[in-house]
Amino acid sequence: MATQQSRSAARLMMAPAVVLLMGWMLVPLIMTLFFSFKKYVPLRGDTIGNGLDWVGLQNYERFISSSSFWPSVQTTLIIVISVLLITIFLGVLLALLLDQPMWGQGVIRILVISPFFVMPTVSALVWKNMFMDPVNGILAHLWKFFGAEPIQWLSHESLPSIIMIVSWQWLPFATLILLTAIQSLDREQLEAAEMDGAQRLKRFWHIVLPHLSRAITIVILIQTIFLLSIFAEIFVTTGGAFGTKTLTYLIFQRVFDSQNIGLGSAGGVYAIILANIVAIFLMRIVGKNLDK
Amino acid sequence: MGRIVLNQVSKSFGSTEVIPPLDLAIEDGEFAVFVGPSGCGKSTLLRLIAGLEDVSGGVVQIDGKDMTDVPPAKRGLAMVFQSYALYPHMTVRKNIAFPLRMAKMPKAEVNKRVNDAAEILNLTDYIDRRPGQLSGGQRQRVAIGRAIVREPSAFLFDEPLSNLDAALRGGMRLEISEMHKRLDTTMIYVTHDQVEAMTMADKIVVLQAGVIEQVGSPLELYRAPCNVFVAGFIGSPRMNLLTGAEAQKHNATTIGIRPEHLSISNESGTWEGTVGVSEHLGSDSFFHVQCAAFENPLTVRADGGLELSYGSKVFLSPDMAHMHYFDANGLRIE
Repeated sequence: MATQQSRSAARLMMAPAVVLLMGWMLVPLIMTLFFSFKKYVPLRGDTIGNGLDWVGLQNYERFISSSSFWPSVQTTLIIVISVLLITIFLGVLLALLLDQPMWGQGVIRILVISPFFVMPTVSALVWKNMFMDPVNGILAHLWKFFGAEPIQWLSHESLPSIIMIVSWQWLPFATLILLTAIQSLDREQLEAAEMDGAQRLKRFWHIVLPHLSRAITIVILIQTIFLLSIFAEIFVTTGGAFGTKTLTYLIFQRVFDSQNIGLGSAGGVYAIILANIVAIFLMRIVGKNLDK
Repeated sequence: MGRIVLNQVSKSFGSTEVIPPLDLAIEDGEFAVFVGPSGCGKSTLLRLIAGLEDVSGGVVQIDGKDMTDVPPAKRGLAMVFQSYALYPHMTVRKNIAFPLRMAKMPKAEVNKRVNDAAEILNLTDYIDRRPGQLSGGQRQRVAIGRAIVREPSAFLFDEPLSNLDAALRGGMRLEISEMHKRLDTTMIYVTHDQVEAMTMADKIVVLQAGVIEQVGSPLELYRAPCNVFVAGFIGSPRMNLLTGAEAQKHNATTIGIRPEHLSISNESGTWEGTVGVSEHLGSDSFFHVQCAAFENPLTVRADGGLELSYGSKVFLSPDMAHMHYFDANGLRIE
């Protein structure tokens, strides 16, 4: 990218992608902003053609003063944080395990990564019907085998169940990233630490974990972005009942169940703000970490 | 103290024997260099001594104690790795202090030792930097610093200078030699560079395919290589090893003559040849001379002032006192 010519050529070639991305992002964003200031309830005869009434910040006030708003924010954060903790903790352990030389390594690695290829809707249905069903589920049979009363997973332990399903989905991703990071660790560093008298646990703590810190921040960043918007898992399992209503799900309910597009759009704007707050925090942490 | 004795030590990876059983003794305070072509097992031998690899057979003794099954950290040895193996997320200070922290040494003592080491190695100005911000030579020093703070009974160096450029390598070579004189500790140094071996060693161990070819002081090896391999490996440029009718005249299969023991003349000499490529180093000149008597060209070392043009006729005469003779098995004939 040295010469004037190659620079302008690069700009020209990037232009279609930039225009497309801008359209993709800006049009929905502007429409959401637009609707959020309007009264738009299609069932009451509001159409874009007839013109929508300007209601100012009313939608925003209604959305935030609704009794389900703060609980939904709380649920969202609980799910995101729990899934992050579980996937990173288990991901590090699994990555360490998979890094050991063993028979059938290639096949095992593919198996471990495979949950990531299952669509969220499908995996949630599998969990709901095959594992967590209180009558026919494997877990119910397991509980009965030990003479315990089967747990009504999705109604009594709804939030832990959702966290379990989502963690299962995201664990392979974390494992994959962390495994490649572990593999990039210089063996001589570990040997040097061994010569320096560091036992296995100390080696992990002083050498392996710091080496993984960058990969862990990347996992946190990427997963947070996706976890803030989980939807299918909740939709097919609890349908937002039993305290599993996240912010995303609340917005969905406002738009589709209550058919209040203006109110839902206001919720969408709140979600954008929340996501950005989280993103700014993360970027700062990641930025600090990546500088090293 | 650091007398290291290997007794019938061998190493196999699976069914391939990398090091057949061998015996070796390295005396306390000695600077021993393992030298050999790449893949000769010299690094493996070092790792066996360090304890980073388990021996397949035999006994490793350090100061008379059997250390064969003792973990590396408890052998009292310190190692400097080829890649330096510094901990990238720690500052120089923390890197050097790491072995002491692992040994749970009191803070004050750690600080004192780290500062001393940093001073000796001229690292005081960089002590709060991370390895990524240091040059190759400085990283090398940090790696050495991390080794010396432990006050080990012996230092192990695994090709420590191979990642440095030529000028720096010369400097570090001197520094390590000087450190050895000052600390008076046993050092084992692995290299494929015979110049490093010659200049630094008290004792050179020449290895080939896991077998010790010869053990001796640099000059012993230079003056009396015990076989063709050592003769060809020690010395730069390498010795001219000649076979054929000329060798038969001396009742040997191979005769060897070093470039510095050949004299060059325009008028008369033992062998006649034509000058090929000339390499002028200023102080010396090396000429590659193709003689009718031999298949391969001979390397001749001459005074730097001598200039010969490509293709000119010259005569070479060997200094018979420095001629080496080898039999059909490649062994030296006295």
